Amino acid sequence: MNIASILATKGDKVFTIRAEQSIREALVVLAQHNIGALVVVETGMRPIGILSERDVVRAAVKNEAVFALLVSQLMTRDLVLGAPGDDLGAVGQTMVQRRIRHLPVVDGGKLVGMISIGDIVKAQRDQYQGEVDTLQTIVMEHGH
Amino acid sequence: MALGTAERPLRVAVVGAGPAGFYVAEHLLRRADLVADVDMFDRLPTPYGLVRAGVAPDHQKIKAVTAAFDKVAAHPRFRFFGGVELGKDLSVADLRAHYHQIVYTTGAQTDRRMGIPGEDLPGSHPATEFVAWYNGHPDYRDCQFDLTQERVAVVGVGNVAVDVARILCRTPEELAKTDIADYALEALRHSRVREVYLLGRRGAAQAAFTNPEIKELGELEAADIVVVPAEVELDPLSRDALEKSGDRAGAKKVEILQSYARRPPAGKPRRLLVRFLVSPVAVLDNAAGAVGGIRLVRNRLVASAIGAIQAQPTGDVEELPVGLVFRSVGYRGVPLPGVPFDDKWGVVLNERGRVLDPDTKQPLPGEYTAGWIKRGPSGVIGTNKPDAAETVAGMLEDVTAGQTLEPSEPDPAAAEWLVRQRQPSYISYADWLRLNELEVARGRAQGRPRVKFTRLDEVLTALGNRSRG
Repeated sequence: MNIASILATKGDKVFTIRAEQSIREALVVLAQHNIGALVVVETGMRPIGILSERDVVRAAVKNEAVFALLVSQLMTRDLVLGAPGDDLGAVGQTMVQRRIRHLPVVDGGKLVGMISIGDIVKAQRDQYQGEVDTLQTIVMEHGH
Repeated sequence: MALGTAERPLRVAVVGAGPAGFYVAEHLLRRADLVADVDMFDRLPTPYGLVRAGVAPDHQKIKAVTAAFDKVAAHPRFRFFGGVELGKDLSVADLRAHYHQIVYTTGAQTDRRMGIPGEDLPGSHPATEFVAWYNGHPDYRDCQFDLTQERVAVVGVGNVAVDVARILCRTPEELAKTDIADYALEALRHSRVREVYLLGRRGAAQAAFTNPEIKELGELEAADIVVVPAEVELDPLSRDALEKSGDRAGAKKVEILQSYARRPPAGKPRRLLVRFLVSPVAVLDNAAGAVGGIRLVRNRLVASAIGAIQAQPTGDVEELPVGLVFRSVGYRGVPLPGVPFDDKWGVVLNERGRVLDPDTKQPLPGEYTAGWIKRGPSGVIGTNKPDAAETVAGMLEDVTAGQTLEPSEPDPAAAEWLVRQRQPSYISYADWLRLNELEVARGRAQGRPRVKFTRLDEVLTALGNRSRG
């Protein structure tokens, strides 16, 4: 199973923000869609960073005026990206190891979606459940 | 009166009678707190989707899952309308007029292209067409494959590629014990195929086939398995990935392949050559306008920043002299007439099974999807069960919220009347159960699980040529 199979049921929605927008604007988008991170993009949906709720929380502790800051001031620029054909097993492994919660996915340099570690856990659970169910059915139905 | 009660049953149309469709029906019909009518449509006269038309004929145990589907179909509120096609016999507007909810479960009906020169030469085929042909799919029964060729390349190492390679290597005697289509058995009886190449882009550790599948390839009656030792040596990246994930099945898979690489050939009449770290770059012409070979580039493995192991071409090329090519590099859904499609992923545009309006990206009331046409082709048959459960959970939430279609003709008799008008010779589940008995009886006479009907006229004749018009 690969990243594409997760993005296929996400309805073609990618939540993005631009570096020059304010943290207030970013928080509105996060709250509105009940999500944990936004991909910061340039023209042509080229990702340049990621802004997570944690980035904002960390800054808020130190700075009362966090709302007025720009996305570019808080975003993480060290972007780790996935590709649609990447195996979920390997990707999930690295995300857990490096404590990455959200992974922007690019195809030909263009942002096509984002997956969370929760998405991977769910996909893998469904896969195992499916395999167990198939085996059980074979055992129970065969030879009747 | 609440929708989903005995006084006012929830009326659901399921389009596509494969595993995803049956699991949707099962989740709806098994609920104690819901009264639902499920009408299932399929463009083919027969149910079960890829369990009948995809799962290999020498894997009958896997087909046992149909017994679970028959139990679903035995529910008094379930009806089947086989041989009825969306976009031809019925439109989405027709369904909206007769049902509160519609679920599209039509699967991934086409294959991905390799995107290389020569791909469309005569003798180069999608593996799925060969699979549909040997499984007696009515649309593919008249396909022709040049089995006078001695060498065949199967591109891909997923389960379809493995099935195709295995069927090509089976003896007529082995195949004669299966429910392979009669004409395919006859054609394969005269096959001159001697060498079959299975071509994997990445290494042994990344191959999609399962351990039982690869073991089976090592136990073929009339074909030696041949593996290039250097291609199944575990590279540092794959070793590291296997160790970190504790993936014992993956490690075992590599061990099995390494044992094949050491095995001396037994001199069987056919050879199955499993190759890794190669990608086709061109299908070559034989100077007579048909397939004469395939050019491969050797790959090395690299890990991306997120740890995914990918194939990278080295520039070293080689050519295999093959006369027949089957590509199996992935599948895609095809758009359904009147249903929003997400071209990027080749699926119905959806969010967790709710079909979305392409303009607003908001759910379309009453329309849903499940299975491969929802998430793309991945997983085993059973993977569609949790997938269907997610879709049904959304359907029930929407029923509670009053977000359903408001059909003008919710009477089950009205839907049946409409189908009779449009497709008088539709097949009911009772018809299918009779056909099934006839197929099994025909098979019993030959010591086979069944002999399939592969033409609609055969089916109708067998059922006594009745028309419901």
